[in-house]
Amino acid sequence: MTVVFILWLREVKKYLRSRVQIVASLGGPLMYLGVLGFGLGPVFRRAGEGSYLQFMAPGVIGMTVLFTAMFSGIAMLWDRQFGFLKETLVAPVPRLAIMIGRTLGGATVAVLQGTLIFVVTLIAGFRPASLLAVPLAFLVIALIAVIFSALATAIGSSLKEMQGFQMVMNFLVMPTFFLSGAIYPLEGLPKVLGALTRVDPLTYGVDGVRGLLIGRTHFGVALDVAVLVGVGVLFVLFGAWRFSKIEA
Amino acid sequence: MSDQPIIRVQHVIKSFGKVTAVNDVSFDVRAGEIFAFLGPNGAGKTTTIKMLTTLLRPTSGSLELDGLDPATHQTEVRRRFGVVFQDPSLDSDLTAWENMDIHGVLYHLPRRARRERTETLLRMFELWDRRDDLVKTFSGGMKRRLEIARGLLHTPKVLFLDEPTLGLDPQSRNQMWTHVRNLNQAERVTVFLTTHYMDEADRVADRIAVIDHGRIVATGSSAELKQQTGTDSLEAAFLALTGTTIRDESATAADQMRQVARVWRR
Repeated sequence: MTVVFILWLREVKKYLRSRVQIVASLGGPLMYLGVLGFGLGPVFRRAGEGSYLQFMAPGVIGMTVLFTAMFSGIAMLWDRQFGFLKETLVAPVPRLAIMIGRTLGGATVAVLQGTLIFVVTLIAGFRPASLLAVPLAFLVIALIAVIFSALATAIGSSLKEMQGFQMVMNFLVMPTFFLSGAIYPLEGLPKVLGALTRVDPLTYGVDGVRGLLIGRTHFGVALDVAVLVGVGVLFVLFGAWRFSKIEA
Repeated sequence: MSDQPIIRVQHVIKSFGKVTAVNDVSFDVRAGEIFAFLGPNGAGKTTTIKMLTTLLRPTSGSLELDGLDPATHQTEVRRRFGVVFQDPSLDSDLTAWENMDIHGVLYHLPRRARRERTETLLRMFELWDRRDDLVKTFSGGMKRRLEIARGLLHTPKVLFLDEPTLGLDPQSRNQMWTHVRNLNQAERVTVFLTTHYMDEADRVADRIAVIDHGRIVATGSSAELKQQTGTDSLEAAFLALTGTTIRDESATAADQMRQVARVWRR
């Protein structure tokens, strides 16, 4: 559908034009990769877990996708009052088409950003076990991107004030990242933490990417993908429902 | 001008919890006229526009645009109007042309018609030379003109302008009204505008409805309002009708966001 396409294209065009933003958003992941990756590397190795950079590169990619996707939804809050969103809300097209276009656009941007970080990890010394698995890993990355773009749309549709932004960052985005096993192995965790990691969708995303890229997985790639698809469907439906309820 | 009203609002009430923003409002807008809603901020002007533009449903009462109910015939009604909201709704990271083009796609205009009409409108609003520039490089007046041009792209029957001159300098305001008058004549489009500047309502509008505290206190041409109140200026008429001068009501959440936006505006 042309409406979905043009709204998707709009997000991608805006992303490609915002050079400064692209560079700025590399800062966080680079810090994790550089400081944690090399800083904790020796300890990780002494614990007999191998290279920490190898281990955490998939996690940093997951983190980038999470942050980029969530940010696009939060920008929606602003967009609703001072931006383009209202223009689309009064257009004679179904809300669902607008939601899908925006969400896919946000997800594509997140995947592009994830790709950029993937290249950075390669430069830093990350080596995937098999090149053939890279495209498959990107399918999992795309799933992560859709899940969090849809969630971001749901949140962006529900919040009324900018103050909510801080809440979402502190109580949703950061925990999602820290509980995902992006920066530590899931084996032998204390019970409560272990249980929490299991309800975090990003856990399965990172585990799937890691499984495909370096052959190390906790749940198995098949289970990871199944969970991601399930959560993805659920979140897209939820996002579409919340989006249909926006009163401008 | 036909006798059939293009907009008909009857006994409309809109409440948000305990607050009644629009309280039993009734009025007609005739096809082809410039109709102004004059009242202070918080009087219920924007809420009325939101109901007519399908963004809000009334608590009770009935609305009609070109014979259709905005609440039940959303898509058909949306094809029939263009709107410029109080707050900008352009994509400032895209060019003027791209903003127009997306609008054309959203309103299902064929590519050819989209291009031709975009060119006509951009020329009419003196933005043709800047069509490939990003909107964020535009002045306030240019942005507003672009929004109006965009609102007209799908040849609507009614154009809603919610406080179109807010935040513009006097020169841009003048220019804006010249444009609005011209297009009303050239395109035979009905213009429904809100303002809290009395001189503007006086100058552009064929008919004015004065609204205060969610109620319409008088409707008529500027001359009729003056005659009705026995005053010689619209300002005095307004004073006689509402017992107050135009003033600001307390700030809403949107007002607070606007404050922040002013600081961060690019």
